[in-house]
Amino acid sequence: MNFDLSEEQQMVVDTVAKWVEVQSPVKRFRKLREADQGWEPDIWRAMGEYGWLGVCYPEERGGFGGNFVDAALILEQLGRGLVPEPFIPSVALAGGLLERLGTGEQHERFLTPMLDGMTSLALAYAERQSRYQLNDCLTTAHPKGGDYMLVGEKTWVLNGHAADQIVVVARTGGDQLDENGLSLFIVDADTPNLRRVEAKGMDGQTTALLRFEGVEVPRERLLGELDAALPDLEWAIDRGAAAACAEGQGCVQELFDRTVSYLKTRKQFDVPIGRFQALQHRAADMFTETELCRSTALLAAIQVDSDDIETRKAEVSAAKLQLTRGGWYVQENAIQLFGGIAITDEQDEGLFFKRLRVLQGLFGDADHHIARFQQLERFDAPIRSEV
Amino acid sequence: MNMTLAPEHVAFREEVREFLAAMPPGLAKKARDAYYFDADETMEWHRLLYEKGWIAPNWPEEHGGTGWDVTRRFTFAEELARANTPELSPFGLIMVGPLLIEFGTDEQKKRFLPKILSGEDIWCQGYSEPNAGSDLAALQLRADKDGDDYLLNGQKTWTTNAQYANWIFVLARTSTEGRKQEGISFLLADLLNTDGIEVKPFLTTGGTMAFSETWFKDARVPQANRVGPENGGWTMAKALLGHERTAIGGISESFGWLLHVKRIAAKTPVGKGNLLDDAVFRARIAEVEMRLRAVTMAQNRTLADAQLGRAPGPESSILKLVGTETYQEITELAMDAMGHDAIGWKDAPAEVLPAHEKWIAARFNYLRACTIYGGSNEIQRNVIAKHILGLPS
Repeated sequence: MNFDLSEEQQMVVDTVAKWVEVQSPVKRFRKLREADQGWEPDIWRAMGEYGWLGVCYPEERGGFGGNFVDAALILEQLGRGLVPEPFIPSVALAGGLLERLGTGEQHERFLTPMLDGMTSLALAYAERQSRYQLNDCLTTAHPKGGDYMLVGEKTWVLNGHAADQIVVVARTGGDQLDENGLSLFIVDADTPNLRRVEAKGMDGQTTALLRFEGVEVPRERLLGELDAALPDLEWAIDRGAAAACAEGQGCVQELFDRTVSYLKTRKQFDVPIGRFQALQHRAADMFTETELCRSTALLAAIQVDSDDIETRKAEVSAAKLQLTRGGWYVQENAIQLFGGIAITDEQDEGLFFKRLRVLQGLFGDADHHIARFQQLERFDAPIRSEV
Repeated sequence: MNMTLAPEHVAFREEVREFLAAMPPGLAKKARDAYYFDADETMEWHRLLYEKGWIAPNWPEEHGGTGWDVTRRFTFAEELARANTPELSPFGLIMVGPLLIEFGTDEQKKRFLPKILSGEDIWCQGYSEPNAGSDLAALQLRADKDGDDYLLNGQKTWTTNAQYANWIFVLARTSTEGRKQEGISFLLADLLNTDGIEVKPFLTTGGTMAFSETWFKDARVPQANRVGPENGGWTMAKALLGHERTAIGGISESFGWLLHVKRIAAKTPVGKGNLLDDAVFRARIAEVEMRLRAVTMAQNRTLADAQLGRAPGPESSILKLVGTETYQEITELAMDAMGHDAIGWKDAPAEVLPAHEKWIAARFNYLRACTIYGGSNEIQRNVIAKHILGLPS
């Protein structure tokens, strides 16, 4: 067992950290949050050229043959600069499904260009009524002359406003809550009868509501097996959660570091406020939660692609809970310790606070992951068999 | 970065499981039912591990350690926790042993280490005094030179399990000059064969004599029993605390307790089912179990660092803090799981309070101590704030 970064990993981390510092400090994001697209295609292409988008994809698809930990390490650094390019929707979500389920042609047409930074992707799964239940799907795909016709609505699609292709979850069989009968389709963003309603998030990133008003999808755009998408979708959303934990770790660490340095410089009552024990103990607890976020995010990244599904779910849920509860402790106290200045829009801390809150609510909140964890067989099967 | 168990490690795990499955029936029954081991049972387990050669996974091989890699150590700890084996006394194996290996003379190593391993010597710790708790350096137990010896006068308290021990390591004042940290020495005293040492155990809220007051009156300790230089004891104390901190978070014990919480819940009828079916209670268990996984990962990162010969990284300082808080939370869950049975005390007849619940209230009470001992959690926060975060004092 070994948790050290390899030399290559350390090099990538250093490179990305330096890039964020020089090319994409928070002030770049400040400008972009006012812009429609919210991110820059030139930068995205550069990220493709650097190999960051393909880092966890096999070489034969145009990737670099690494694993999800490599992607998580990059995301953590991107989180420290609030880099708004669509890494999570493209690399963690839609790209993962394309790689796992796609045909050779689908890989070539839709995955490889994204890894090069020439295109970006999105995954449309959430609906107004679905909350975090992935099986809850009202969007339908009806057969139409051997092809399919999509009807329905997907909410808060990350990068839904700008993606070239969108992987859409639709029902090809069964009722609203059935576990069987879900299928995935690769839909071009400019397909007729697909309406995109742009919506800015609290965090300043852009999302979209997607309306499928009779969108025709050719049969070769079916991704994976018909009616059997749920297990792979669950995996993809777990990758999303692990990615959120990685990026979130970057935000938590940044907020923590900024708070500690503020405690050392801000003076009240003629002394640095970091001299007060009440605040020192708060900072110590923030340190603890930050370290636990780091540990769990790492473990989730290590296990998210594991074949042992219970282990994957357990570690991802534990990490997401830690980001949501422990990360929250850091972000709320960061604002509190900075005082009033931190609720001005001019101060960066509020931007990290908002991004974290968005990440915490994506891919399952704390309650969802607690509920999922206690449904794992290993949670009580051994005790029940013993008692 | 790697978490997968290699075939050799899978085989090792099997070996450990086989060993545990062969635990003597008396111990096995207690591990399952009573969840408390007395001193004799704990020593029985100590000897079994010693005979197997598995008593000191944290020691270098040349001194009788197992020579295991870090994965074997994790696996071993995990399997022991799962089997709910007795918690061995840390004072010899975790504390003074490693300290002697690092700072002891050859003579001291030869004399003390083998008997720590075999369990022939049982150690206790003489640190705290009535007026030196969190402010440990204020300690006043005097050690005055007298020929080749020191004469010890004063009192220690909170001496855990001193009544079962035959050796004690003490911090004593050998100088009153300079900073108070600079006049302290680290001494080893023979509890049974030294005139003038008196051990007075006292009852805790946990219903056992877990701690003692230890009195010294002209107790004669050879200077050869000093570890490190005279007035250099504070360095020893801090080094020992480093070993202690990674061990007293109760993380392995917490895993055992968590299983026991589920066991109690499964045996506690609610309506036509049991408490383990209850959605609210399950959610509470799940949340603390997930927290424990986070703490365990932080511990594993620390151990992996230690294995590579590095000083514990910053994450180690959180282990005592968050480990003990999680531990207490789990004991609170166990109490909640018992419902009305939580009224009960260990002396209640078995037909009133079943065996698997007998010791819960007692341990729940005793374990209020874990956020206090080994440097209170407030002291841990001070350490983090000052030494890791560099906040001004």
